[in-house]
Amino acid sequence: MLRLALLCGGALALAAASASAQELRLGYMSTTSGPQAIIGAHQVNGWKLGLEHQGWMKDGDKLGGVTTKIFYGDDQSKPEVGLAEAQKMVGNHKVHIIAGNIWSHVLMTVQQYAIDNKVGVLSTNAGASPMAGAKCSPYFISTSWNNDQTPEAMGQVMTEEKFRSIWLMAPNYQAGKDMLAGFQRFYKGTGKIIDTTLYKVNEADFQADISKIRAAKPDALFIFAPGGMGVAFMRQWAASGAGKEVRLYTVFTVDYLTLGPIGEAALGSYHTNYWNPEDPNPANQKFFKAYVAKFGHRPSHFAAQSYDAPALIAAGLKAVNGKTEDVLALMKAMRKAKYPSIRGDYQYNVNGIPIQNFYLREVVKGGDGKPMIKTVRTVFTNHKDAYWQQCPADKRV
Amino acid sequence: MRRVTPRSALGWAAVAVIVAYGLYRIFIRNDQLLFETALNGVQFGVFLFLISAGLTLVFGIMNMVNLAHGSLFMMGAYIGSYVFQQSDSFALAIAVAIPFSLLLGIVLEFLALRTLYARDHLDQVLATFGFILFFNQLVLRVFGATSQEFRLPDSINFPMPLFGFTYPSYRLIVIVVGLLVALGLYLVIAKTRVGMLIRAGASNRPMVGALGVNVRMLFTLIFGIGAALAGLAGVMIGPIESVESGMGENKLILAFVVIVIGGIGSIRGAFIASIIVGLVEVIGRVFMKDMLREFLPEEFAQTAGPALASMSIYILMAAVLYFRPQGLFPARTG
Repeated sequence: MLRLALLCGGALALAAASASAQELRLGYMSTTSGPQAIIGAHQVNGWKLGLEHQGWMKDGDKLGGVTTKIFYGDDQSKPEVGLAEAQKMVGNHKVHIIAGNIWSHVLMTVQQYAIDNKVGVLSTNAGASPMAGAKCSPYFISTSWNNDQTPEAMGQVMTEEKFRSIWLMAPNYQAGKDMLAGFQRFYKGTGKIIDTTLYKVNEADFQADISKIRAAKPDALFIFAPGGMGVAFMRQWAASGAGKEVRLYTVFTVDYLTLGPIGEAALGSYHTNYWNPEDPNPANQKFFKAYVAKFGHRPSHFAAQSYDAPALIAAGLKAVNGKTEDVLALMKAMRKAKYPSIRGDYQYNVNGIPIQNFYLREVVKGGDGKPMIKTVRTVFTNHKDAYWQQCPADKRV
Repeated sequence: MRRVTPRSALGWAAVAVIVAYGLYRIFIRNDQLLFETALNGVQFGVFLFLISAGLTLVFGIMNMVNLAHGSLFMMGAYIGSYVFQQSDSFALAIAVAIPFSLLLGIVLEFLALRTLYARDHLDQVLATFGFILFFNQLVLRVFGATSQEFRLPDSINFPMPLFGFTYPSYRLIVIVVGLLVALGLYLVIAKTRVGMLIRAGASNRPMVGALGVNVRMLFTLIFGIGAALAGLAGVMIGPIESVESGMGENKLILAFVVIVIGGIGSIRGAFIASIIVGLVEVIGRVFMKDMLREFLPEEFAQTAGPALASMSIYILMAAVLYFRPQGLFPARTG
C-alpha cells in the first residue's frame, strides 16, 4: 500500500514537473495609468488581438502549442515602477519572457534586470539606441524599431525634396535629441538648417514658436511632438495659416492615436513610419479589419507592432519544439523564425532589431470625409539601424 | 494711495523704457516678429488672468491654498469637449461649461473645502492635492485616456490677415474675452456691494465677519466665481491645446507665479502680473537664444537659451519677491 502511494505520488510529481516544463509564462509590461495610458491601451489592444488570432484566449490556452500564462504589469512610464513590476514577474511568476514596454528609459532598466536573470525581453515599442549597439543581447528581440530609424527616413525624404532651408523642432529630452540626430544623419540636402527649437516637454502652446518660424520663412519644418504635444501643435499650426508657406514633416506626431483629436488640421502633412496600413499582405489585412471591427477605431502602429508579438513567440516555440526551459534557445529561434507579420517577411539584424522598410505617409481626406493616413511611397527598403556595428561580436545572433 | 518711493519710481521708469523701445521696434522699425510675439504674449497673459483671478481671490480673501484650481480648469475643458462631441456646437459647449464649473466650485467648497479654512496651509495643500489626483483619475475613468476631440468651428478659427501677416483669429477672440472679463470683474469689485465686501474681506477678514456679513455665503460665492473663470479658461483653451488628464497642473504653477508677482488677493495685480508674465514667457522663448548668441558660442546658446527662457518668469518672481515681497499691487495695503 505504501509502495503504491509512493508510486502514485512519484507519478504525480513527474507529471507536475513535465507540465511545468511544457508551460510558458509571459510578462506583459505596458502603461495603463496616467496621461500616457492611451499608448498602453493601443498596445494592449494589439497584443490581445494577436493572442486571439493565435488561439489564446485565457490562461491555460495554448500559444504555439504550449500552455501559456500571462501576467500584466503597469510601469506608469516610470523606470523604478517598471523595474519593480519586472522583479514581480521574474521573482514571483517565474516568467520566461517580458514582452511589451513603451518607454526607452523604462526598457533600459527592465532589460538589464531581465538579462541578468536570463529572462528574454521582447520590445513592442521602445527602441533605445544602446540596446541596438553596445548593450545588445541575444536575450533581446524587437517587433518595432530603433528610435533613430524613423527620423532617418524623414531625413532621406527631405533630402530628396531639395529645400533651400529647413527648421527643426523637438522636445528638450533624450528621445527628442535622438530624433534630431537620426534626422541629421540622413539629411544630406542642400537646404540650410536655419535653427532648432528645443521646446519644453509637455508644452501645450506653440504659438510663440510658430510665429518665430514663420518670420524666418523656411521652406519646411521637421517636428517630433508625441502624444498631446502633437495634438496641440497640429491644431495651432493649422489655425496660424503657416502651412501655406511652410511644408510640414513629422515623426511620431500624427498617427491613428492622435489623428482623431487633431482632425482636419493634419491634412496635407507628411510623416514616415515602418508600417504601411494598406500593406496588402494577408496578415496585415486580417489585423486591420479585425482591429477596426473589435475596437471601433483604426489601429496605430503601436497596436500593429504589438499584434506581431504573439505570432513571433508562437513561431519561436514551434521552432524549439515547445521547450521553454532554455530561454536563450527560444529567443535565438525567434530571430530566425518565419511568422505572419503585419509588415510581411523581414529579417532580424544581429542585434534583434528588424531590418525593415520605411514609408512616407500623408494625411488625406478619406472616403468617409474623415482624415486618413495614406502611404505615398517606400523611402528605405530593408533599412538597418545605425548602431548594429557597435554590438559586440559575442552578443550577436 | 501708495507712496512713490525713489526705488519704485526707478522700477516704473525701467518698465516705461522697455515698453517704449518695444513700441519703437514694432511701429517705427516695423518689426513684425516682435509685434506678433507681443500679441502672443498678451494672449497668453489674458488666458493666465482667467485662471489666476479666481486663485488670487480664494487665496487672498479666504487665506486658502487651493491646488485643485487647476482641476477646475481641466473639468471646464472636459465638460466643454463632452458637450461639443454630443452637439457639435462650440457655443453650447461654452454655455454649459461655465455654469457647470460654477456649480462644481460651489459643491466642492460646500462639501469639502470650507472645512479647511480654519486649518493651516499644509493641511489645505494636502487635501487639495488629493483633489488633483481624484479629478485626474476621474476623467481617465469616465472619458478614457485619449486626448478629447474638441474643435473650433472654422468660422471663428481661421488665419486672419492682420497688418501684412496672418494671425489665428481665435486667439484674438481669447484676448477680447479676457479683457472683457477683466473689465467686468473690475466693475463688480469697484462698483457693487458684493465687490465692496470682497475688497473688505481681502484687507480685513475678521472685521467683515464682525460687521454681520454672512462670510460663509461670501466665500462660497467667491469660490464659485473663481471656479467659473477657471472653467471658462479651460473651455476656451481646450480646443487649441489638448484636452487630457493632468492638463491643469502646469497652468496652476503659472497662476501661482502670477498671483505672487501681482500681490495676493488683488484682481488688479493679477491682471497686470498676468500680462507681464505672459509677455516675459513668450518673448523669452522667442528671443532668448538669439540674444545669447550675440555674445556666447552657438553650442552654448543652443542649450542655455531654452533653459534660461523657461526660467525667466521664475527669475522675475524671485526679483519681485526680493524687492517687493508683498507683490506689485498687494490687496491689503493698496
